[in-house]
Amino acid sequence: MYDTIIIGAGMSGLAAGVRLAHYDQKVCILERHSVVGGLNSYYRQRGRNHDVGLHAVTNFQPKGVRKGPLARLLKQLRLAWDELGLVPQSGSSIRFPDLTLRFNNDFALLESEIRKRFPKETDGVQKLIGALVDYDDLGKTVNVSARSVVKEYIKSPLLTDMLFCPLMYYGSAIEDDMDFNQFSIMFRSIFLEGFARPMGGVRDLLRKLVNRFKEDGGELRTKAGVKRLLQRDNQVYGVELDNGEIIESRRVLSSAGWRETLGLCNPDASKQDKPGQLAFVETISVLDKQPKQFGHNDTIVFFNDSPKFAYHKPDDLVDLRSGVICSPNNFSYSQPLQDNVIRITALANFEKWHGLPQKEYALEKLRWYDRIAQSAARFVPDFRGSVIDTDMFTPTTITRFTGHENGAIYGAPVKQYSGQTPIKNLYVCGTDQGMVGIIGSLVSGITIANQYCLQN
Amino acid sequence: MTPAEIREAVLNILEDITPDEDLTQLKDDVPFREQLELDSMDFLDIVMELRKRYRIQIPEDEYKNLVTMDSTVKYLTPKMENL
Repeated sequence: MYDTIIIGAGMSGLAAGVRLAHYDQKVCILERHSVVGGLNSYYRQRGRNHDVGLHAVTNFQPKGVRKGPLARLLKQLRLAWDELGLVPQSGSSIRFPDLTLRFNNDFALLESEIRKRFPKETDGVQKLIGALVDYDDLGKTVNVSARSVVKEYIKSPLLTDMLFCPLMYYGSAIEDDMDFNQFSIMFRSIFLEGFARPMGGVRDLLRKLVNRFKEDGGELRTKAGVKRLLQRDNQVYGVELDNGEIIESRRVLSSAGWRETLGLCNPDASKQDKPGQLAFVETISVLDKQPKQFGHNDTIVFFNDSPKFAYHKPDDLVDLRSGVICSPNNFSYSQPLQDNVIRITALANFEKWHGLPQKEYALEKLRWYDRIAQSAARFVPDFRGSVIDTDMFTPTTITRFTGHENGAIYGAPVKQYSGQTPIKNLYVCGTDQGMVGIIGSLVSGITIANQYCLQN
Repeated sequence: MTPAEIREAVLNILEDITPDEDLTQLKDDVPFREQLELDSMDFLDIVMELRKRYRIQIPEDEYKNLVTMDSTVKYLTPKMENL
C-alpha cells in the first residue's frame, strides 16, 4: 500500500514525487511511456540529442533573487541556483508586418521599444503591470477575459496583439483570448522575468529530479500506463495498470490532465468539460553552421504576417500566418552547443492530422516542413541552404506520447487551480492545474503535493 | 540538546532549504522573513524538517514562534532539551 501514487513522470509529477519522498512517504510514480519528461521529454535520432518541445525555460531570475516561482522551486526541491545551469537568452523579438518589438530579460528594453513605437501607450502598459494577478492569488477569480482587461489599459489593437502573441503561443489553452490569470502568469514569466536554457536541454534537469526522487526512496515505474482508477464510496484506493496489475494507495495525484483523469474514473465523467483545441506542429532543422554565422542572432522570434493575429484551430493542417522561431544556440553560453538548430512552431489542426492515413501522414509532414520553413524565412535570414537533418512533431505525436487529448499541449481551456476533483483523495497537478512551462509545472507539482499530500 | 545545539539544528535546516544563502551573517534577532525573505511555504518546510529529523510536532497555531532564530530556539528548547 502506497501513501501516494502519482500518474505521469513529467515535470509536475516528478516534482511532487521529490517532495513526498523527501518527507518519507511511500510513493510510486507511474509513467506509461518508456522515457520520463512528459511534454518536456527528450529523444535521440540519427546520432543527435533532441528535446521534445523545449524552446526556453521561462521565469528566469538571476542568482540571488529570492522571490518568484524560480526561487520558490529551488528552495522546495533543495536545489542550488547553479544546479539548474540556466543560461539567459541573447534577446528575442515580436515581428509583425512593418513593426518589430525587441525584448530580453531586462523589461526596460521592451518598455523603451513600446515608448518609441507606441508613445501614447507607455502609461497604460505600466498600469497593466500593476493590475496583473500575483502568483499567490491565482485562481481567486476565474473566467475573466484577458482581452477585456487589457483593453482598459492599452488602446492600440496592434500593440495588444503583439503583446498577446508570445504569451498565447507559450501558454494559452483558450482560442483568441486568455484567462486573465494565465495572461498574468505568462506576462510575468516572459516579459518581467525572462528566458533561459540549460545548456544540455531538459535531460540534466530530469535526471536530477529522478535521482533525487530515487535517493529518497521513491519508486519510478516506466511503461506502466494507468488504465483506470479504482474507487469505492467516492474515494480512490488504487489504480489498475494497462496490464491488469492492481496497485493500492491512500491517495492519487494525477498529471494526466483534467478530463483525462476524470476519464480514468468513469468514461462518462468528463463529458461536461471542454477539451483543449489548440495544437501545434514543430519542425526541427539541424544546420551545418551556427545561426549567428548567417546573421540570425535572436533567441526567439514570434512572427505574424496578418493585420490581425489569429490564435485558434486552423481549418487546414497548419496555419502558416504566424509562428515561433527558436534557436537553442542563441543563449549566452560560454561555449557553442554541439548541434546547430532552428525550431519552428505553428498552430495545427489535430483532427486533420489524426485523420490522415499513415502514408499520407508522412507525406504531409514533408510538405508542411517545407512550407513552414518558407514561412519562417520571411522573418529570419534564410537558413534553408544549411539544413543537414530534420524532424517534426505533429499533434498526433503529442497525443501518442503524452496522452493529452487533441494533442493540446496547454491542456483544457478551463483550469483547476485548486487541484481538487469531485473525488475526495484524488488531485490533479500539471498543465490543467493552471501553470504551464517547465517552471510552472514544477511549481504545480510542488504546490499540490504540499497542500494535499503532506499536510496529514 | 542545548540551546546552542538547537540553534545548529535549525541552521542546518535553513542551509538545506536555502542553499544559495550565506548564513554565516544571519542575525539571530532579525526575522527570517526579513533577512531571507522566507514565505509561508518555507516555514512549513522548517516545521516538516523538524518533524522528520527530531520527531517534533508543532501545531499550526504555534508557527508564529518561528520568527527569528532567537524566538525559534527559545520555543524549541523545552521540546528538544531531552533529545
